[in-house]
Amino acid sequence: MNAPARTLPHGRGPQVAAGSIAILTGICAFLIVAIVVILMGIIIWNGGPHVTWEFLTKAPETGMTEGGIFPAIYGTVLLVIVMAIAVVPVGAMTAVYMHEYARGRMVDIIRTAVHNLAGVPSIVFGLFGLGFFIQFVGRGVDRAFFGGQLIWGQPCLLWAAMTLALLTLPVVVVSTEEALRAVPDSYREGSLALGSTKWQTTWKVVIPQALPGILTGGILSVSRGAGEVAPILFTGAAYFLPELPRTLNSQFMELGYHIFVMSTQSVNVDETMPIQYATTLVLLVLTFALNFAAILLRSRTRSKIEQS
Amino acid sequence: MPLVDDATTVERAPARPLTAKRFRPFEALAENIIFAASTVSILGVFLIFVFVAREALPLLTSRQIQEEVTLSTLFTTRMWQPVGVEPKYSVIPLVIGTLKVTIVAILFATPLAIGGAIYTAEFAPRKVRELVKPVIEILAGFPSVVLGFIALMVLATFLQKITGVQSRLNAFVGGIAVGLAITPVIFTVVEDALTAIPKAFREASLALGATKAQTALSVVVPAAAPGIAAAIILGIGRGIGETMIVLMATGNAAIISWNPFDSTRTMAATIGQEMAEVVFGDAHYTVLFFIGVMLFAITFALNLTSHAFVRRITRKLGSLK
Repeated sequence: MNAPARTLPHGRGPQVAAGSIAILTGICAFLIVAIVVILMGIIIWNGGPHVTWEFLTKAPETGMTEGGIFPAIYGTVLLVIVMAIAVVPVGAMTAVYMHEYARGRMVDIIRTAVHNLAGVPSIVFGLFGLGFFIQFVGRGVDRAFFGGQLIWGQPCLLWAAMTLALLTLPVVVVSTEEALRAVPDSYREGSLALGSTKWQTTWKVVIPQALPGILTGGILSVSRGAGEVAPILFTGAAYFLPELPRTLNSQFMELGYHIFVMSTQSVNVDETMPIQYATTLVLLVLTFALNFAAILLRSRTRSKIEQS
Repeated sequence: MPLVDDATTVERAPARPLTAKRFRPFEALAENIIFAASTVSILGVFLIFVFVAREALPLLTSRQIQEEVTLSTLFTTRMWQPVGVEPKYSVIPLVIGTLKVTIVAILFATPLAIGGAIYTAEFAPRKVRELVKPVIEILAGFPSVVLGFIALMVLATFLQKITGVQSRLNAFVGGIAVGLAITPVIFTVVEDALTAIPKAFREASLALGATKAQTALSVVVPAAAPGIAAAIILGIGRGIGETMIVLMATGNAAIISWNPFDSTRTMAATIGQEMAEVVFGDAHYTVLFFIGVMLFAITFALNLTSHAFVRRITRKLGSLK
């Protein structure tokens, strides 16, 4: 590496200029922190007073201008539960295959696929949900089993959850893989040396060790899924429903979608402003609580690894 | 010292002769199941392209739709007016809108994120670093609908007061908010690249009498340059695909104008705005899916490029160890 040496500044002038780099970059870091503090402050200040027990437990009333957001909370929770049931096993198994079984090119292919999946814009996932899950799978099932009646071939909870599951798959894969990498090879060698098979080693030794990592990935995917609105715009979210969703083919209300519609498409945007801020605060608290739990879990696992 | 070098030789040596004698159906089944699960991500990427493209295909094959819109009119006409007696479909205003918002976002986010990352990796005392990194994670955890909401309610009014522009919601407001969304993305990749530079680089530079600032600027940052390039490209990809923020904060007027303070509509926002209202299978529906294909292709290409840069830096550093 002799390239950097050429560009090393000489003399007093450039040295002072270089010294100010620390200050300049420090200002950037400070600005980021300040922006985050301001953002949180605005939302807490405007939304906080409105978040009451009633707001969290009642349905919207009198044309959405009063009442609470319980159906949206309920819909969001249901959505991410169905999503997690789909994404966590698949994501964990992908990582296990990649790290424990696959060799050579296959690892590269899966990793590239996961990387690219993570980069697909969320609105394209929405299109995919509509084109694949609703039009292709749903309509196909309806034609085959229900004589063309519209049961699964329409926007609903299941398809929105499946769309989000695909979107958050990389989160689970990356987190599980990191956990698997942290399991020392000596564990695997010990198990194999005692005569257990590859699968026994993976199932009884490696996976239990990696469990916190899998859980971290699950929590992070839920937090991500709870905040995504673009993929569910036309795969199942609804503005207002008089009843809570009962089946997987019902539509549902959702916090992020609620914020979007209330702030852009409702007739009395100003009147419902406190509700909008309060809903934003609830969504933010939900995602942050999940993120925080994941960070705690991850740092505990990491320190455990460093000790061993 | 382990007795054998790596895991692969372990399982080859003692396990193979045993398993070769006895067929273990359960082992094979387990391996096949997890293999099947791992193909979901490969299939996913593939199916996303196939099924989004499938709904856009009538643009090339259907006579009925080609009477209204063709591939060439999408790029040669200049009006996006999908609803009306005579619908007009041109992606030009949408492409310009997307570019405008992304440029503003990148100009805002890049200096902030790269500067912040350099400070955090090179200069910050331990305590400050432990403050900045969680804050970045918090920013990354902001759902984009929340950033869009703040841009719509607070930022737009604030910027209008300062600049005095006519349309409260415009590409600039949306671009700043998108910039906030991609700041953590760029920050994280740059910081990773900087911390991946071996300590020996810094030690050598400091031993030659360079200051900490000189070392950072002339040794570490140039060595991490591919990582920084990767971060910017990744940020551009995210910016182009961002939907909720632009849907809420840019005003959504599909006009051809390079002025960042005009109301603007992007490709992603158009899909989000109009997909719920279209008739299944008609020209408008087909065109929206075509825009989806464009978005997919652009971000896919950007991601691959970014990934290639990251690989270059790992290979370069790997050969040094």
